[in-house]
Amino acid sequence: MQQQPDTSGYHGDREALASALQSVLPKDAVLSQAETLKAYECDGLSAYRSTPYVVVLPETIEQVQQVLQICKRLKTPVVARGAGTGLSGGALPHKRGVLLSLAKFTRIIDVDKANRCASVEPGVRNLAISEAAKPYGLYYAPDPSSQIACSIGGNVAENSGGVHCLKYGLTVHNIQQIKMLTFDGELHTIGGSGLDAAGYDLLALMTGSEGLLGIIVEVTVKLLPRPDTVQVLLASFDDIADAGNSVANVIAEGIIPAGLELMDNAAIRAAEDFIHAGYPIDAAAVLICEIDGPYDDVNEQVKRVSKVLKSSGAKEIRVASDDAERQKMWAGRKAAFPAVGRISPDYYCMDGTIPRHQLAAVLTRITELSNEYGLRVVNVFHAGDGNLHPLILYDANIENELARTEELGEKILKACVDAGGTITGEHGVGVEKLNAMCLQFNSAELQQLHAVKYAFDPDGLLNPGKAVPSLHRCAEFGAMHVHHGEIAFPEIERF
Amino acid sequence: MSSDLSTQFIEQLEHCFDNKKAVKICGHGSKKFYGRQVDSSLETLDTKNHQGIISYQPTELVITAKSGTSISDIKTALDEKNQMLAFEPPQFNNQGSIGGMVACGLSGPSRPFAGSVRDAVLGVTCINGKAEKLVYGGQVMKNVAGYDISRLMTGSMGTLGLLLDVSIKVMPKPEHEITIVLEQNTEQALKTWHKLGNQALAISASCQLNEKLYIRLSGNNAAVKHAQSIIGGTEHEKGTQFWQQLRDHELAFFNDSRPLWRLSLAPATMILNLAGDTLTDWAGAQRWIKTDEPADIIRQLSESHGGHATLFNPIDNSIEPFHPLASGVASIHKQLKQAFDPVGILNPLRMTSNY
Ligand SMILES: Cc1cc2nc3c(=O)[nH]c(=O)nc-3n(C[C@H](O)[C@H](O)[C@H](O)COP(=O)(O)OP(=O)(O)OC[C@H]3O[C@@H](n4cnc5c(N)ncnc54)[C@H](O)[C@@H]3O)c2cc1C
Repeated sequence: MQQQPDTSGYHGDREALASALQSVLPKDAVLSQAETLKAYECDGLSAYRSTPYVVVLPETIEQVQQVLQICKRLKTPVVARGAGTGLSGGALPHKRGVLLSLAKFTRIIDVDKANRCASVEPGVRNLAISEAAKPYGLYYAPDPSSQIACSIGGNVAENSGGVHCLKYGLTVHNIQQIKMLTFDGELHTIGGSGLDAAGYDLLALMTGSEGLLGIIVEVTVKLLPRPDTVQVLLASFDDIADAGNSVANVIAEGIIPAGLELMDNAAIRAAEDFIHAGYPIDAAAVLICEIDGPYDDVNEQVKRVSKVLKSSGAKEIRVASDDAERQKMWAGRKAAFPAVGRISPDYYCMDGTIPRHQLAAVLTRITELSNEYGLRVVNVFHAGDGNLHPLILYDANIENELARTEELGEKILKACVDAGGTITGEHGVGVEKLNAMCLQFNSAELQQLHAVKYAFDPDGLLNPGKAVPSLHRCAEFGAMHVHHGEIAFPEIERF
Repeated sequence: MSSDLSTQFIEQLEHCFDNKKAVKICGHGSKKFYGRQVDSSLETLDTKNHQGIISYQPTELVITAKSGTSISDIKTALDEKNQMLAFEPPQFNNQGSIGGMVACGLSGPSRPFAGSVRDAVLGVTCINGKAEKLVYGGQVMKNVAGYDISRLMTGSMGTLGLLLDVSIKVMPKPEHEITIVLEQNTEQALKTWHKLGNQALAISASCQLNEKLYIRLSGNNAAVKHAQSIIGGTEHEKGTQFWQQLRDHELAFFNDSRPLWRLSLAPATMILNLAGDTLTDWAGAQRWIKTDEPADIIRQLSESHGGHATLFNPIDNSIEPFHPLASGVASIHKQLKQAFDPVGILNPLRMTSNY
């Protein structure tokens, strides 16, 4: 049943494709000049670049439908792009395809106070939703660190998380309806205004589908009332393993903080240099713990968490005395990525997620690997969820260093899978983790994923080649990575 | 006592696939009534003896168990560690397997506040209609490797795969819990929900029935006190029992021979113009209605409020129990069924007359 899609792209010349698209789009909505295309070469993972054949910037659903119909007729791949902040190359253009930017879909269609939800176009920035909901005392909970820039369409496509996911869940837990177009241009409403919908859970399936199943053209998100009181604790540790273990200890106490983030010494120093948040620069690690709720409740929980952290080996615990100090404690964490950007020409962010009780062990393994490769690794991550973000520091101008970085990255992901975890918690597979997918899934599982794609996109032209590796790719990769004496994908012929 | 029948199931389904012979999947049979009634002559694939907890680490907030494990066994294990299934799955007739719980996707009174079964599903091992054993998701809270097949399986009524084991997120039990009652009719309750919904309070369930509004408060002492001081009302002495009876449809309301409809709607939807009796749960988002009104009317009305209607106690297939899908979405469903179960051996016609 599975046909091999022709993903080689549009065969004609660039101008022919541009003019076909121009016939259905406003004047400035088709880009085909080299200098204008350049801005779309990569997403947040700048190590991967490719120039799109043509970029389109439609403004209405009808225009997107027409673009898709043209691309279907011309057998041309389409890659959706939100804000381009993705960290796995999901929006990497196809060099013989159309890059479909949703940047002009920035309308907040409706904030429904009575039902506590908001309907927005896919290009709306994550933070803009909470800003629009603010007058009603409501907000949208998932808050990726990129929230000032990333789009809600991209958030749905990646099932993005944020520092408050531990308590409030991921994108999939906080949306109730989307409108999306399949590649044939048909508009579908998935989900509804209630808490569930009839039929299969297509809303969950679409969430995290990385633009391979459909183009999201509208999202209805759930809004939550703002908590009365928010408090932040900053605990410092002499030993990163203690910090790691204290995360499980907090949970064991029956407390689910709103956020629980860990930074290692390198991250603390980089952030402190950049933001002057007042972090203890000699600490091996700090944990930032946020508690929210009614005033008395928060006070009670702060006491309990402090006790647990103390008994887990925290040498100092600071509780923010006012809102300004709280903001400051967060500022260092939120600026950690750019801060690391200042200490290294390039960095590569991994996203493996592991069971909490494995934190200490896997962090130790990462240090070993870092030493082995002679590449520095900085850790700043969503500890409460076990979602690691090791940042491997490298210099792309040094020959071979990117390749070694990627190899180290793959080993880190393997350590995560071996610890009972996964290769990606929130950044997605994109093009970057295709090989790592072969570590996590066998061929029947991958084939089933391809069959799901086929159910939505039989032409195989929506974001082709991303998210799910071909079996051949895994066979080739497997040939290089024989573990436990077993060849991966033995049924596939080698070449 | 635990036992593993995976190998036997794979063999059985291989045989079915080769011979294009369908099976009906059965756990504890507690939700047999739910959904379309299938051909009783079909061979049964029984998961009852495929049971046992595979792993449970309280600090990971996750439990993994074989599909035939009873919900009560799971709860017993969680009780010991002071944890719970936050979505309160119904246990009709005090029965139910964890596989059936996921396959039917039904959540109890806490759903609007603590999330649904689907929200809590972290991973599954299943066998598809080609008799292939597949593992998706896992035991960690966040996982975006591959499409979210685990959640797709949730509520798919066994039509996409036979669940072998499932990993479910669990939560710490609240320290303190009380139920308060206010004398309010549905209209007043809808106003109250609107008002309370805009504040972050420790509410964990709320329904309206027979001129009374019931609100359950859960959390630490301070949080419960805080909410109680805002809401008022009188304390219900048998609160725990009330919510259990609501969850398992044991309240007198459910003892009725009329068709029972479950409407899932935008929570602020005003009182519906339908004859019959209503129990309004989920702070307005789920309405149980006993009515003889025609299905078409009920369904149109539900759609006009962004929702859908399920006939919860179908007697035969003269009325489709599940809300019909829009044609485009229905065709995606058909393709998905094809993708997982190309020859149609898994629970045929249980969900729709199309496959
Ligand atoms: C500094 C920094 C910090 C970050 N922090 C976090 C974090 O804390 N948590 C987190 O989860 N992520 C984080 N990210 C990653 C990134 O911001 C998220 O993945 C985000 O959701 C991407 O949104 P975007 O609009 O930029 O999408 P893009 O990068 O444009 O696209 C991402 C993917 O979604 C697809 N897509 C985009 N829009 C649509 C649409 N309308 N329909 C269908 N498919 C679509 C694309 O094809 C692509 O596959 C961070 C990134 C940066 C640079």
